[in-house]
Amino acid sequence: MKAMLTAFAAIIVLTIGASQVLDRAGFSSAEQGSSSSVRLGD
Amino acid sequence: MNRFVLAFAVLFAFMMQAFAQDTAAPSADVDRSATGGAQTLEDILKRQRGEKVDYDFRRNATGDPDSAASMSSQLGTLGGASDPELWRALRYGSADVTVSSGGQVASVLMQDGGMRWLLFRQGPLATYGGYLLLGTLGFLALFYLLRGRIRIDGEKTGRTITRFKAVERFGHWLLAGSFILLGITGLITLFGRMALIPLIGHDAFAPIAQASKWIHNNVSWAFMIALVMVFVMWVVHNIPNKTDLKWIAVGGGLLKKGVHPPAKKFNFGQKMIFWSVIVLGASISASGISLLFPFEYPMFAATFNVLNSTGLPQLIGFGELPTQLAPHEEMQYAQLWHSIVAFLMMAIILAHIYIGSVGMEGAYDAMGSGEVELQWAKEHHGLWVAEVEAAEKDREAKNAVPAE
Repeated sequence: MKAMLTAFAAIIVLTIGASQVLDRAGFSSAEQGSSSSVRLGD
Repeated sequence: MNRFVLAFAVLFAFMMQAFAQDTAAPSADVDRSATGGAQTLEDILKRQRGEKVDYDFRRNATGDPDSAASMSSQLGTLGGASDPELWRALRYGSADVTVSSGGQVASVLMQDGGMRWLLFRQGPLATYGGYLLLGTLGFLALFYLLRGRIRIDGEKTGRTITRFKAVERFGHWLLAGSFILLGITGLITLFGRMALIPLIGHDAFAPIAQASKWIHNNVSWAFMIALVMVFVMWVVHNIPNKTDLKWIAVGGGLLKKGVHPPAKKFNFGQKMIFWSVIVLGASISASGISLLFPFEYPMFAATFNVLNSTGLPQLIGFGELPTQLAPHEEMQYAQLWHSIVAFLMMAIILAHIYIGSVGMEGAYDAMGSGEVELQWAKEHHGLWVAEVEAAEKDREAKNAVPAE
């Protein structure tokens, strides 16, 4: 049971980690779909 | 295993059929003078009958700058191509489009093949995928009614044996937990429009869809890590061997009470689950990465090229698979393949969950506490128990040797 709960906790950590890493590495859709000639937001 | 390969081939075949290119015989002899070169009633009827229409007459009617009227005459500013001709060029991808951002991908303003993808995704994919899952659940329910719970036949000993170490159970649950999350959010993505919006409305579905996408995209990494873990830990125990033949000969003892074929750490049924998960898991990860980083890792043109060179698609009547794919087509194939593999995996895993929980007494402990009832282990993994006991005796004997 402990191994299962640890694994589920690991899923949460890895998931949040992955989202943070990808966002910071510039892989958000907004960044991928824009260039210097495209202005998104304000 | 062969069964899965076959099922795979058949599914792939269905997919290809839906995507077969229009390869009707040239219709140069069709007289379209009555419509001034546009489609005729016969073309429309043919399409409605589901027959193939050769659209070259339309594809190539994109105007001719060389015969353009001079700038001073009527419509001269269009440069030899009328608006309909320009739209046709855009539709069939022959227009000269320049974009300031987004590269080659953004230069595709209209993608005809997208309709085939959309219809396949909403139609056969969702329908047969849904039937597969419901059919599997129905089959398992029927199996339960007919066979009941597979009980431990012999007298319980009250003693246990360690079946899976903590790290093995961790790897399993990392894979299982992420798979279930990916499965549920994937189904929400595919069936949301069809099943959830009519039920809860657009406003309620929007945040669910958004959350599903976020979970699906980000949980994928845990799944891939776990897949590698599980492969490394268990591949040695999953190499098929002669013992498996005995297991197959009696159907694993699943159908009859008191039948227990010999098995090592994993029996043939488990080996099938293992290899299905590894092969399908690797394939779904590859197409998943392709989808996660759109247009960065196209893989279908290359795959089709390899398949063409084996002669297999030609052999089963699909002819040469297309090896020139628009970036969007690559994504569409990746999406379909991702879903097809996902449905297969979900069906297999439903059976795995069944036999590991309600379907068999004592099976869950292997992944719960890791300690299984000795009698259960002897009945289902007799050779493995003998191995473990022999190793233990060896160790004891060594420890018993007095130090000199």
